[in-house]
Amino acid sequence: MTLTPTPRKLTRRQLLQSSVAAGTIAVAGTGFIAAPNAAWALEVTEITEHQLATLVQMARDTYPHDSVGDEYYVIAVKGYDNADQKEFIAQGVAKLDDLAQADGAPDYLSTKWEDNRVALLKQIEDDAFFQTIRGGLVTGLYNQKAVWPIFGYEGESFSFGGYIDRGFNDINWL
Amino acid sequence: MTKFEMSDDSVVVVIGTGAGGGVLSNELAQKGVNVVALEAGGRYLPEDYVNDEWESFGQLAWVDPRTTSGDWRVSKDFSGLPAWIVKAVGGTTTHWAGASLRFQDHEWKAKTNYGEVEGANLLDWPIDPREMDDYYIKAENKLGVTRTGGRAGLPGNNNYLVFEKGAKALGYNEVHTGRMAINSDDYDDRLACQQTGFCFQGCKWGAKWSAAYTDIPRGEATGNLEVREHAHVARIVHDDSGKVTGVEYFDKDGNLHLQKARVICVAGNSFESPRLLLNSASSMFPDGLANSSGMVGKNYMRHMTGSVYAVFDKPVKMWRGTTMAGIIQDEARHDPSRGFVGGYEMETLALGLPFMAAFLNPGAWGRGFTTALDSYENMAGMWLVGEDMPQETNRVTLNTDVKDQWGLPVANVNFSDHPNDVAMREHAYRQGQAVYDAVGATRTFPTPPYPSTHNLGTNRMSADPKDGVVNKWGRTHDIENLYISDGSQFTTGAAENPTLTIVALAIRQADHIAGELSNGNL
Ligand SMILES: Cc1cc2nc3c(=O)[nH]c(=O)nc-3n(C[C@H](O)[C@H](O)[C@H](O)COP(=O)(O)OP(=O)(O)OC[C@H]3O[C@@H](n4cnc5c(N)ncnc54)[C@H](O)[C@@H]3O)c2cc1C
Ligand code: SF4
Repeated sequence: MTLTPTPRKLTRRQLLQSSVAAGTIAVAGTGFIAAPNAAWALEVTEITEHQLATLVQMARDTYPHDSVGDEYYVIAVKGYDNADQKEFIAQGVAKLDDLAQADGAPDYLSTKWEDNRVALLKQIEDDAFFQTIRGGLVTGLYNQKAVWPIFGYEGESFSFGGYIDRGFNDINWL
Repeated sequence: MTKFEMSDDSVVVVIGTGAGGGVLSNELAQKGVNVVALEAGGRYLPEDYVNDEWESFGQLAWVDPRTTSGDWRVSKDFSGLPAWIVKAVGGTTTHWAGASLRFQDHEWKAKTNYGEVEGANLLDWPIDPREMDDYYIKAENKLGVTRTGGRAGLPGNNNYLVFEKGAKALGYNEVHTGRMAINSDDYDDRLACQQTGFCFQGCKWGAKWSAAYTDIPRGEATGNLEVREHAHVARIVHDDSGKVTGVEYFDKDGNLHLQKARVICVAGNSFESPRLLLNSASSMFPDGLANSSGMVGKNYMRHMTGSVYAVFDKPVKMWRGTTMAGIIQDEARHDPSRGFVGGYEMETLALGLPFMAAFLNPGAWGRGFTTALDSYENMAGMWLVGEDMPQETNRVTLNTDVKDQWGLPVANVNFSDHPNDVAMREHAYRQGQAVYDAVGATRTFPTPPYPSTHNLGTNRMSADPKDGVVNKWGRTHDIENLYISDGSQFTTGAAENPTLTIVALAIRQADHIAGELSNGNL
């Protein structure tokens, strides 16, 4: 199975400093995966870089928000990097890659169009694997306080005294 | 704080401290009756509440195991969470939005006014609507309901302003910012609403009425009420004559206690109240307490519900301000020409982003779903709530295969819509979507019901003991010193949000119990 982009040996430090190959996510092959612009890098311990990168892409394809950066999707799925779920993740990713191969691509990650990846996800939609990842994302992604501003949501308001003087009825286009 | 002995068999024991139990406890205490209120949850006050949807859910919600069956979608999407209700002192009045509407007169007599509805188990309430007038006034004054008793309405927030404009464009007339148990001015030692927008998470200003910081502490201040929190009642016990004599409950360390009682009032909300009666089966009452009719747990109602969210090409910021900020009442009438009996209310509703992601279309994924959330800032929303049909097959039973943390069989909740519910929901979706289309919505979402917030009917009130569990006072037909004091006593659900009626019935029941006690009948 080929990984994309091509694995490069880099230290975590170098990863964080340099930008790596094009593509959404760099699978560095040294126990790290990282953003192409080195905005973030993550160490994996139990699952493989390929598996984590697949989970991140899968998270994006499941709940695609073009203005939400990969780092939030990474945070949402990194919890699967544990000994208990290792086998579950390995099997789920392997099945997804098999389906991608049956479709003529090397694996899920190198299936280039979102529509095609979504078609693969549709095939596993009822699997415990997909449902676990999807269900986890509902809180894993949308309950990150850092993503709220991207959607305009303002979160806690008590400490600001509520909206009584801060625009609870400021709509101006009606 | 007053403490009563476990062996004190002169006390009234109230189980649950929500809208029904919390109010009843205080009302009795105010009349000089000694009350021990047992509450499964802990005590949280405004300073403890958090403006964060999931964190608050973790703090307050009832998450002990329950199971589900039937063809309702909640059973698929939230199989272990049939209801969204609270386990805490004050019960679900910490979460509630505060909409406080009286029943319409015809709704007290659903069977008479709607006629036979196939597959429905309709019944008239054994209460005349005029008997309730004074109790509604008392309840409205207690809760400080806006637009009643000379209290002003709340100002409308952005979500309301969109809704109102659409409603008027459609020709609706009864449109306003609601009758809400939320202060529009300082009232009853509680602040006016600051429009923080986290009403479902517990009001940190105390602007919204909750039993947690009104009735409960006031009852305690009389010296006649002892509230024991983290006290989960497992069983009600009785003597050879069939009168109930006390309750067994687990404290927070799992120790079992027996509190003696002269009268027992069950107010654990519509899953736990029947569950407790069923779990209290004995050789004398093999089918559970007060169940000679076989009606305990049956006729579960949850209101016809649904939501409509809509996105616009410009921002709304619906989360700002009161969660439920206004109402359209034109569809609440009974008008069978619409293809269903009974009516429904349309009420604005806002969810924060985390809950919107969970509830807009549970299980959905992909761009069809995410582009809706991309427009979250431009979204407006309303909740639809109408009368649903009681059906015997919609019921709470014991699931002996699943036990809670105390080893007690859990409640299984079986529910399927009645065709009348489906027809009403379809109508309500169409009207809700039309409201937003009239203001230029670019997309609308007919959103399925959430886990139930209104839970009713599982110990229903009936004139004839064969048809229900309790009489017009909430007293069980079978056992004279056992009462039901929560929403489970509802004979039918009406279109309105239930809590004002639960509170009015609790005030009325307190009058009755105090009277019976002083007449020596209890
Ligand atoms: C998000 C939300 C919004 C709502 N908005 C509105 C609204 O706008 N208007 C309206 O009218 N209604 C609203 N409701 C509904 C309203 O909150 C309920 O109808 C009302 O609180 C029910 O009162 P109750 O006494 O039946 O039960 P609850 O208030 O739920 O109280 C039951 C109490 O009993 C306790 N208990 C249960 N079993 C045991 C046991 N075995 N031992 C000891 N204690 C036990 C529970 O922990 C709980 O505290 C809303 C509900 C929710 C969840
Ligand atoms: S909007 Fe008003 S009622 Fe709701 S939580 Fe805020 S202050 Fe309380």
